[in-house]
Amino acid sequence: MKKIFVTAIAGLMAASPVMADLVFPSLSYRTGPYAAGGIPFADGYTDYFTLLNERDGGIGGVKVSVPECETGYNTEKGVECYESTKGEGALVYQPLSTGITYQLIPKTTADDIPMHTMGYGRTSAANGDVFSHTFNYPGSYWNGASGGVNYLLETNGGDISGKKIALVYHNSAYGKEPIRTLEELQKKHGFELSLLPVDHPGQEQKSQWLQIRREKPDYVMMWGWGVMNQVAIQEAANIRFPMENFIGIWWSGAEHDVLPAGDKANGYKALTFHNVGRDFPVFADIQKYVVDAGKAAGAGDQVGNVLYNRGLYAAMLAAEAAKTAQEIHGTKDITASMMRDGMEALEITEEKMAALGMPNFGPSFSVSCENHGGPGLVGVTQWDASSKTWSLISDFKATDIDVIGALIAEDSGAYASENNIASNCN
Amino acid sequence: MFYREAGDFKTSYSKDNQTFPIKIDRVGYYLVLLVAFLVVPFMLNDYWVNAIFLPFLIYSIAAIGLNILVGYCGQVSLGTGGFMAVGAYACYKLMTTFPDINIFFHVIIAGGITGLVCVVFGLPSLRIKGFYLAVATLAAQFFLVWLFNRVPWFYNYSASGQINAPERTVFGIEVTGANTEAWATYLFCLVFVVASAWIARNLTRGMTGRKWMAIRDMDIAAEIIGVNPLKAKISAFAVSGFFVGISGALFFAVYLGAVEVGEAFGITKSFLVLFMIIIGGLGSIFGSFAGAAFLVLLPVVLKVVGVDMLGWPTDMVAHLQLVIVGGLIILFLILEPHGLAQLWRVTKQKLRLWPFPH
Repeated sequence: MKKIFVTAIAGLMAASPVMADLVFPSLSYRTGPYAAGGIPFADGYTDYFTLLNERDGGIGGVKVSVPECETGYNTEKGVECYESTKGEGALVYQPLSTGITYQLIPKTTADDIPMHTMGYGRTSAANGDVFSHTFNYPGSYWNGASGGVNYLLETNGGDISGKKIALVYHNSAYGKEPIRTLEELQKKHGFELSLLPVDHPGQEQKSQWLQIRREKPDYVMMWGWGVMNQVAIQEAANIRFPMENFIGIWWSGAEHDVLPAGDKANGYKALTFHNVGRDFPVFADIQKYVVDAGKAAGAGDQVGNVLYNRGLYAAMLAAEAAKTAQEIHGTKDITASMMRDGMEALEITEEKMAALGMPNFGPSFSVSCENHGGPGLVGVTQWDASSKTWSLISDFKATDIDVIGALIAEDSGAYASENNIASNCN
Repeated sequence: MFYREAGDFKTSYSKDNQTFPIKIDRVGYYLVLLVAFLVVPFMLNDYWVNAIFLPFLIYSIAAIGLNILVGYCGQVSLGTGGFMAVGAYACYKLMTTFPDINIFFHVIIAGGITGLVCVVFGLPSLRIKGFYLAVATLAAQFFLVWLFNRVPWFYNYSASGQINAPERTVFGIEVTGANTEAWATYLFCLVFVVASAWIARNLTRGMTGRKWMAIRDMDIAAEIIGVNPLKAKISAFAVSGFFVGISGALFFAVYLGAVEVGEAFGITKSFLVLFMIIIGGLGSIFGSFAGAAFLVLLPVVLKVVGVDMLGWPTDMVAHLQLVIVGGLIILFLILEPHGLAQLWRVTKQKLRLWPFPH
């Protein structure tokens, strides 16, 4: 035991030296009830950086290293991972967990390291005036909630008053995020909202779906993650709820969520803020430089999955922000603080994405000091069980900024006054 | 040769009754305190504090609390997670309602509130025992988590249901919030740990503790020799709840800073603390520390060895960790059912005779 301990301490000392690489830590979770979603995202995130290293020799000529740390979607382990990787010169954190995000918002701000919570985390972090180091472009949960309602409006000819919408949500900070927005939208559009919480980890949903069967809502929206998604879709199939009226958030719309239900999942819809499929030139490069070279992360079997694409997208945005930071500060070896400036000045255009082999992969947008949330454009995808593919059925469209903007101002204002945060942008 | 009673003369009753009757133990104890208070704070960085010391100290308090209930009084409890949540939410409500009062008192009051809640859930112990009591405390665990998730008053109506610790200071030095120094949080928790261990040790070797142990060993016999089971059991629940509440408050306010009840204080937390006292040793204050250290350090050591030194994939190490921790628990239960504390006791016994055992 003593020997192990001594070697462990020796290892810890050995693991800490400063590296000259650009460090993008990946706080991943490949174990536990949320691993099904964590694995493809982490693979995509790592693979993109591997591709940059192999094809372009890194970012601006500086190699990238992606130390991985297993969080198991657990906040305590998330803190440990954060502390153990931040000393290595971490440039940006992407914890892929709303719980860990809440924990890291004050810590990253104090340590001057930016955090990117793409499509999750604290929505009001979109207000960069208050949350100086937290970014959630290109979209947030509240955009998602509004985008889902907009899609329903569109399919119903602009009127959903009197319709019943049930929200099945993960009973945690993550699942509770959209409720406020949906309640506001309920007032505006006159639909009836009923809330059905599902407790962690979400294997037990019989009573929720029994209630749906009894109340017969016109639409069901879902804020689920991990094993909860599969169970919900299976339960929906069991009560023969029409799948085309069942819409999940972007975290509830990947292959592994719908495959267990087989053909019955056909027609299930999910929101998205980036494109799906592997019909992009970048995948040829990934195949050539990463997969065929035997350098793929994990088992290498996730390429092209919805969440793999999201990890890829997250890595692409991080790499572009790093390039922007290199340009702004005129140095190749950027620090976390420079990275933050790069993220705040990030501009993604259609030409840029096309040049990267990812045309129309996501919306084009630019980040500013006031707006860390991006444009919040939301598209809709649908699952085809026979060909086992997701396809984009509604293009990226704007969401209800009036409602969301007011809520963001309210929530971030409360945070600012609670924590005595001075304005960041002036 | 060196570790022995012989030659250590006691000339007063108080000296005869002291916690560490052997000189080398006493010196060791003061040395540990000295190092913990005066040396460690200067050697700390964020990683050591947040990954090792804070969890170790905070879980130690929880383990001491649970050990009083389970190890000393024999009342099985699976509600530790729920009771820690009471401490955390009580602390949060106090911190936000009375921002001018020092956080130090908030933590203590949070412990007191948890003690009261614990007493309420301990009342069934007067009628039911053993497994049935375990199930009753399990109900407390689920009820409390549900309550804190369900009633928005507890989380000040925040949109996400999360509670966030605002910045608070002791003597002008921040101990909660984001801008804390590593040594400050460490010392803040250390003070509570030392005080808890000191109180617990002295309670358990005094009249109260003897009553608890009498109830644990045979409640009918204890009643016949004059121990009031109501008072003994209820006081055990109250004291246990007090310590567990303090640990919950520190866990939320100092260590994590933001907490979501279902995730941070779920049933796994109850089991974790229970494993700590089983591995450490039931009915031993030292065992509480040993168990907490074991279960906090083991995953970190395994991770450092597996990922950082051997370069294995993170998921494999995480899986191995589950296997190894599970295997070690079984191994311990078979080889040393009385835990690490018993190993320590046996070692001390051997040391007294060393190097001439015959």
